[in-house]
Amino acid sequence: MTTENQALIFEMSKEGRIGHSLPELDVDRIDLDELLPSSFQREEAAELPQVSELQLVRHYTALSRRNHGVDSGFYPLGSCTMKYNPKINEDVARYPGFAHLHPYQPESQIQGAMELMYKLQTSLEEVTGMDQVTLQPAAGAHGEWTGLMLIRAYHEGRGDYERTKVIVPDSAHGTNPASAVVAGFEAVTVRSTEEGLVDLDHLRELTGDDTAALMLTNPNTLGLFERQISEMAEIIHEAGGKLYYDGANSNAILGITRPGDMGFDVVHLNLHKTFTTPHGGGGPGSGPVGVKKDLVPYLPAPIIAKEGEHYTFSYDFPETIGRVKPYYGNFGINVRAYTYIRTMGPEGLKQVSLQAVLNANYMLRRLQPYFDTPYEQHCKHEFVLSGKRQKKLGVRTLDMAKRLLDFGYHPPTIYFPINVEECLMVEPTETESKETLDEFCDAMIQIAEEAENTPEVVQEAPHSTVIGRLDETTAARKPVLKYSREAYVSTKS
Amino acid sequence: MNDFRYLPMTDRDQKEMLDTIGVESLDELFEDIPDKVKFDGPLEIEPALHETALIKEMQRLAGRNVNVKDYPSFLGAGVYEHYIPSVVNHMLLRSEFFTAYTPYQPEISQGELQGIFEFQTMICELTGMDLANSSMYDGPTALTEAAMMSCGQTKKKEILVSKTVHPEALEVLKTNAAGQNLTVVEIEEKDGCTDMEDLEQKYTSSTACVIVQYPNFFGQIEDLQKVEEITHSDKSHMIVSSNPLSLGMLKPPGEFGADVVVGDAQPFGIPTQLGGPHCGYFAVTKKLMRKVPGRLVGQTTDDSGQRGFVLTLQAREQHIRRDKATSNICSNQALNALGAAIAMSAIGKYGLKEMAEQNMQKAHYAKKALEAKGFRPAFSGPFFNEFVIEFTKEVSQINEQLFDKGIIGGLDLGRFYKGREKQMLLAVTELRTKEEIDALASALEGAE
Repeated sequence: MTTENQALIFEMSKEGRIGHSLPELDVDRIDLDELLPSSFQREEAAELPQVSELQLVRHYTALSRRNHGVDSGFYPLGSCTMKYNPKINEDVARYPGFAHLHPYQPESQIQGAMELMYKLQTSLEEVTGMDQVTLQPAAGAHGEWTGLMLIRAYHEGRGDYERTKVIVPDSAHGTNPASAVVAGFEAVTVRSTEEGLVDLDHLRELTGDDTAALMLTNPNTLGLFERQISEMAEIIHEAGGKLYYDGANSNAILGITRPGDMGFDVVHLNLHKTFTTPHGGGGPGSGPVGVKKDLVPYLPAPIIAKEGEHYTFSYDFPETIGRVKPYYGNFGINVRAYTYIRTMGPEGLKQVSLQAVLNANYMLRRLQPYFDTPYEQHCKHEFVLSGKRQKKLGVRTLDMAKRLLDFGYHPPTIYFPINVEECLMVEPTETESKETLDEFCDAMIQIAEEAENTPEVVQEAPHSTVIGRLDETTAARKPVLKYSREAYVSTKS
Repeated sequence: MNDFRYLPMTDRDQKEMLDTIGVESLDELFEDIPDKVKFDGPLEIEPALHETALIKEMQRLAGRNVNVKDYPSFLGAGVYEHYIPSVVNHMLLRSEFFTAYTPYQPEISQGELQGIFEFQTMICELTGMDLANSSMYDGPTALTEAAMMSCGQTKKKEILVSKTVHPEALEVLKTNAAGQNLTVVEIEEKDGCTDMEDLEQKYTSSTACVIVQYPNFFGQIEDLQKVEEITHSDKSHMIVSSNPLSLGMLKPPGEFGADVVVGDAQPFGIPTQLGGPHCGYFAVTKKLMRKVPGRLVGQTTDDSGQRGFVLTLQAREQHIRRDKATSNICSNQALNALGAAIAMSAIGKYGLKEMAEQNMQKAHYAKKALEAKGFRPAFSGPFFNEFVIEFTKEVSQINEQLFDKGIIGGLDLGRFYKGREKQMLLAVTELRTKEEIDALASALEGAE
């Protein structure tokens, strides 16, 4: 990483420079006033930057050097599955035959794209054990909301309007309760036991005629498999509710167990987690949703269907909840996911989960002597540590996370799940070598030792990043959310 | 076991790791999964392909599609093919950007954060608004989130939306509104624009917001001044969905008094890719700052006073507020926002104006060329880069004949509107040459 401060692109701008090569206007230019009444004309040009192409390249190259990605180094951010993003996926998504298609071209012109979408749908159906998948949702949270809207439509379709509650574990991702509310439900929290699993007695208490669904991540966000999943399914199904699977953690289960076989009725997958599409600094992702048969009539149209050798858009969903996204979802992302599935095949996908789980357990056992580990059972693809012991020494989990930056690592997820004190949630993924895991564990162990012997080294971290700890309080109290144009003008003069 | 290039674990690694854990086999790590839910047997999906065969297969699939680089296309309707400077793709391929996630650790995410801060600034410049967020999934979902925010803020339950808004955006809006038990009332279209009389009539004290598109779905430029007068006669929000390229020429919605401006930044450097991923944007007045959905990047300083950037005002968001959050958005379209910012930087202040004007000039040339051949435009008002032509036979048939001549025709409006089967919505961007437009006019003459 570079340590120089990087000017804003607006600050580099100089009147008269250009960084583009627009086509020439080859038709006669008509006077603007003839085309557009002056009341609609923009008076002042928008202050976009004026830079040369090389200046632009240097600027964004400099910015990239101030950023850490999976390609830069280990990124064990729990529940985010920061695995390697294969290069071939990027190449394929840029083929003109995928990148330059218009959504309103007729079916006959996009049969290859439709074949790909159809095959991705069916692959994901097989992986999740579901009857039908839609590729429309744009991301995980979008998938959650879509799934809950389907569940709501299902209940209402049976004349049942009393199911107003969605049960969510206290360890759930924040999007779960938020999605429930946006879908018109009330979110109710079910407690976890000391073993880190859903408290079945509490679940029984909460479940009733007003239960629309239980949302569950399995393995849960503590990295533990909810082994009583069948009992939970029974509790919910007996009460007439549906079971929703948050696929954020599906990297642990490929070819090992399937949500459909565990009793789930609706599933979303994060293709940007399990299926290697890049996270892009926060998107674009893709959040396909799979459902069991009884929910199929409610799916958003269209779905890709196959008739003989021909692929078609099927709009035959009489009870549809309606569109959740225009066109056909994040196709460009779906191309990458399908490329990955074809790279790995059935055996490869299973190996992914086996090795992701082995990596996580290995790290857990290496770190166990130095940190509090709230749960004893084998973890799945991720695990949590508690910084309780270090906190007593005056070193917070936040400090340890910042100290990890000095070693060139992206820290684990911190302070989540909220039911573990001073939590660090570590997810190594299967694409990391044992050497990398060992080096990271060594760094963690060193930090634990520093917390005892030289706590200030940890408390004052990071020491080697391009910038120190940032003042987030002022950022929120007096928000500066854009470069001010006044300042821009004064810089120029 | 080393059959897969993404999996580095060797047999020796595996043995050492199992030893450290203190188990005999991998299976022991999965003993907590009850047998009855264990999946038994191979997944029935297509077999793995080695890299060479995979490339061949993916090229086969891509080759079965007709792409808009090989054929001149007059399709638009919310998704546009534009000039993409080569630098955009090269910068996006800097893997420090695309292999990162949400910038939770600002010390090692300054590049992404600054890039998005610059994007937010550019969107404000274009729309004339006070602040913009870091992106939404796309234009239609941004429009929907705007309506939801408005209902939450005004505590009113009625959304007025013009029938001249993109029909798929309307569909997405209705799906979302149903989820929150909100009412969507549609305003009639008249001469290709929002019927202002109908808007006046339907506007009530329960109206949370009025939504129009500028330029609208038919390419026509709506009278925002009139919309503003009606919308702000009481405490409702004016929401404008806008193609940001058009704002290179058109007076920005912010100057008309819009409360929220949304749209899709796809025209800036983002390929059409069958409709996604694109890049929704979301801009508001200062008054609504703390109600904005999604992520916001703010400027601050570090402990030594150096300028830096962080995610800010996070108390609005789902990971803090959980069931009290007004939006559930988490991942957005960050990389595409970065791409759009790179494209906007390359195109620049005067380039944007020129590009917007070229679109308008060429679309007007095309309309005149078609009129000269005797075709009748459906509407007479001012338009940007799209217009509607009325034919005497069905557009679906005409498009087949056009394609026989190597041209991808415009959108068949019958796809969305009963009774408009003979109307075609044509988009003409800076990429269409005079020659291609003339060829379209001749081909249409033959097709009718």
